Amino acid sequence: MPEALDEIKIGGMGASRKRVEDNRFIRGKGNYIDDIVLPGMLHMEILRSPVAHARIRSIDTSKAWNMPGVRLVLTGEMMAARNLAWMPTLSYDTQAVLATDKVRFQGQEVACVIADDPYIAKDACEMIVVDYEPLPAIVNPQQALADGAPLIRDDKENQHDNVVYHWEVGDKEGTDRAFAQADVVSKLELHYPRSHPSPLECCGSIADFNRSTSKLTVYMTTQAPHIIRAAVALVAELPEHMIRVISPDLGGGFGNKVPVYPGYVMSILASILLESPVKWIEDRTGNLISTGFARDVYLQGEMALRKDGKILGVRMHTDADHGAFFSDAQPSKFKIGLMHSAFACYDIPAAHLTARGMYTNKAPGGVAYRCSFRVTEAMYFQERMVQEAANDLGMDQAQFRRMNFVRDDDFPHRTPFGFLTDSGQYGKCLDVGLAAVGYDDFLKQKEEARKNGRLLGIGISTMTEPLGAGNSREYDILGIKMFDSAELRVHMTGKAILRTGAKTQGQGHETTWAQIVAHELGIPAEDITVEEGDTDTAPFGMGTYASRSTPVAGAAVAMVSRKIRAKARKLAAHLLEVSEEDIDWELGRFYVRSARDRGVTIQECAMAAYSNMPDGMEPGLENNAYYDPPNLTWPFACYIATVEVDPQTGVWDVLNMVAVDDCGVRINPMIVEGQIMGGLTEAYAMANMQFITFDSEGNCIGSNFMDYLLPTAWETPGFELHEVVTPCPHHPIGAKGIGECATVGGPAAFVNAVMNAIGDKGVRNIDMPLLPDRVYEAITQKHDVSGAPPIRTDDE
Amino acid sequence: MTSYFEEISPAAPDTVPLRRVTLTLNGQQRVAEIEPRLLLAHLLRSGFKLTGTHTGCDTTNCGACTVLFDGQPVKSCTMLAVQADGHDVLTVEGLATSSELHPIQEGFKDAHGLQCGFCTPGMMLTAKALLEQNPNPTEDEVRWALSGNLCRCTGYQNIVKAVLWAADKMTKE
Repeated sequence: MPEALDEIKIGGMGASRKRVEDNRFIRGKGNYIDDIVLPGMLHMEILRSPVAHARIRSIDTSKAWNMPGVRLVLTGEMMAARNLAWMPTLSYDTQAVLATDKVRFQGQEVACVIADDPYIAKDACEMIVVDYEPLPAIVNPQQALADGAPLIRDDKENQHDNVVYHWEVGDKEGTDRAFAQADVVSKLELHYPRSHPSPLECCGSIADFNRSTSKLTVYMTTQAPHIIRAAVALVAELPEHMIRVISPDLGGGFGNKVPVYPGYVMSILASILLESPVKWIEDRTGNLISTGFARDVYLQGEMALRKDGKILGVRMHTDADHGAFFSDAQPSKFKIGLMHSAFACYDIPAAHLTARGMYTNKAPGGVAYRCSFRVTEAMYFQERMVQEAANDLGMDQAQFRRMNFVRDDDFPHRTPFGFLTDSGQYGKCLDVGLAAVGYDDFLKQKEEARKNGRLLGIGISTMTEPLGAGNSREYDILGIKMFDSAELRVHMTGKAILRTGAKTQGQGHETTWAQIVAHELGIPAEDITVEEGDTDTAPFGMGTYASRSTPVAGAAVAMVSRKIRAKARKLAAHLLEVSEEDIDWELGRFYVRSARDRGVTIQECAMAAYSNMPDGMEPGLENNAYYDPPNLTWPFACYIATVEVDPQTGVWDVLNMVAVDDCGVRINPMIVEGQIMGGLTEAYAMANMQFITFDSEGNCIGSNFMDYLLPTAWETPGFELHEVVTPCPHHPIGAKGIGECATVGGPAAFVNAVMNAIGDKGVRNIDMPLLPDRVYEAITQKHDVSGAPPIRTDDE
Repeated sequence: MTSYFEEISPAAPDTVPLRRVTLTLNGQQRVAEIEPRLLLAHLLRSGFKLTGTHTGCDTTNCGACTVLFDGQPVKSCTMLAVQADGHDVLTVEGLATSSELHPIQEGFKDAHGLQCGFCTPGMMLTAKALLEQNPNPTEDEVRWALSGNLCRCTGYQNIVKAVLWAADKMTKE
């Protein structure tokens, strides 16, 4: 009898398999957008508006046209002549491709030049003269709502103010009743500052329209290549089979590479007009000031509490700053994304949320920056509110959480706003975290330290969040349902190629998808090639964002593997000359139930599929699966930070950061931990330094990496990771999303820790980022520090 | 030998003065005829087709374009290519020999020190310069040495591990 396969040895589930994609990346042989060179390729550069709000009086492109090497200069007028000056957004609004009437934010695309060389294209942009008539700029939602505020979207019929939407969800009456019964009402107001995902690679595209075949090939930095193909087909009315979108290696995405940007559209038009490949590579400033930002929401709310600590109800209100166009990249039917996933891990009888969105003269395109569509803001508010409520009650913050958690035996559980959570061990995760950080000891240390004038603090953040859009009932993009797909072809020698509709950007799909196949079929992972990102070869899928790859595409990989196994079983029965009912499966092998040593391997079945199939059976061993998840997945996380705040400077240092993540079954623990550490770093960044703000004229402060601070190896703390495993009950391999949990849940842990450290100074809240001067102000002035950090200009 | 503008820009006006640059690139002598304003990163990428050197910020902040210039890490996105005349430049493509990876490359794979891979070439070259000066760095010394290179994916912890892994291997060899 052959020895049973060792799943870890063949790189199956649970193996910390080294990454396949690293082989090219460590040699500098990745294939990113700017590495691609096509014969006869031209280069495009974009001229952007230097002002935030202005009417365009005129654009003079004559000098640019006359420069040697310039092939084309595009303006809004020329786009309008082709009905392409505006494009639809993913949130059912419109967005300017090139400005025609007005510019509405600093950095908006005004013209573009296509030339033989990128240097010439840049030179030519400098030669374009635009005459702007300045208009007052609106830089926050409060200004947008003020009486007499200038109307930003005067291009839209029936738009008479700067409000994008009013929206509400929850049980208003029930919540009112809860507050009427409350012993204590705890209140909190917050600002989650504007941020930018800033993948290290900026956006770019190469459009290649071939007149002789009528085929348009677009290489593009996109997390969702099939959506782009569909959008180009529907918007530009090109036949879908004549469009090929290829997303090459991506230098990070984090949500920034989900939307359709004007640069993509212009490069496509330019290639069609010039019949040459046209490359557009965005520079960093263009990326920071014009592409999808994240957050920028004012949140306020209150919590109705019973004296004993029971939460009776929650009210929330959000005012979101959407910039000049409502182009949030989110697929739900809800206006403010999944904001109402807030408080999902707590058993709260009633909740009500109202939301307003406003236009401002800032860059558009709220993206889910390592986040499922506003979940980050929701969980930040939740965990700050929970800490303040515990303080108001005089309760221990860990105990307050524990007593309000949904219990392990209470699933499925309807959340306060109506989602259905299905599994979790919240109390256990908290216990693991508290033990790891040494909670009781730390509280003693904190008291000791205080006697010596030192400020130590501990902050907890516990949350479950909805990952893996969709199900198709509630989630779609422009009507296309949020399922995903996989296609598996097993060659006759038992090697295989797998293609999915997802698109890796560093998550390591080439490694982990093969592990799922190895788990399901027993084919060693190293025998499986994984391909993604080419719409001519990959099955239709919705792409990678919102931690949806493993929950949706990963499930499709398992399901297609099972279809293959079902056919292989028929082949095995044929080879073993028994009926299908008489054989069993073990990893990589079918065997006769009554005689275990009589068996055939999956590889032998594969060979038979091409050389020895039973009469009447279709040859070959390949299939595909489209997976529509029955629900989102709900991972749980407990993050605990300990900090020391220097009362003399307001500087705070992280002493320890413990992360306990329950993302269900882990496919590749090494990669999961990599995702968590990356996410924690972004959480730390948000809490500590990373924000984009604007001066009163709408100038973006944070338009380059000198002004927009990202954490380096030096300031980033070390992390201590722990795990709890509660398999997802509806996912074929029990996995849940993980890519963004730490970014979502992490910020509140750091902020709670700093607030805990200075809590006795009578300060309730400091808005992120907790820059030293803001912390110092709070400590010394004994008041809250709220809103976006003020900008010091040269005049001050 | 690569003549940069000959290939890319037939329309480059005659008025653009060209300069001849001779440098040692990954151990081989290379010559290019270039416009004096051409940036080193662009000469490496477009001229010599060594696309492992990435540009991420254009302002010397992110370090994705880091190369070793006479053994020292420099950010090639803000250095003129003409400044490389007569100098020695090492890019990521020069790290491995045809048969064998550099220990730093092995370390990055072994310790999961990369995700999207965009910062990796610059990180590895900076690490190489560090380990040549300081073969047994502490974690803090590694973090400080890498503080001119940004990574958006990993959170640095595994990058630090990768460099220490390489240091360990290189001292043992």
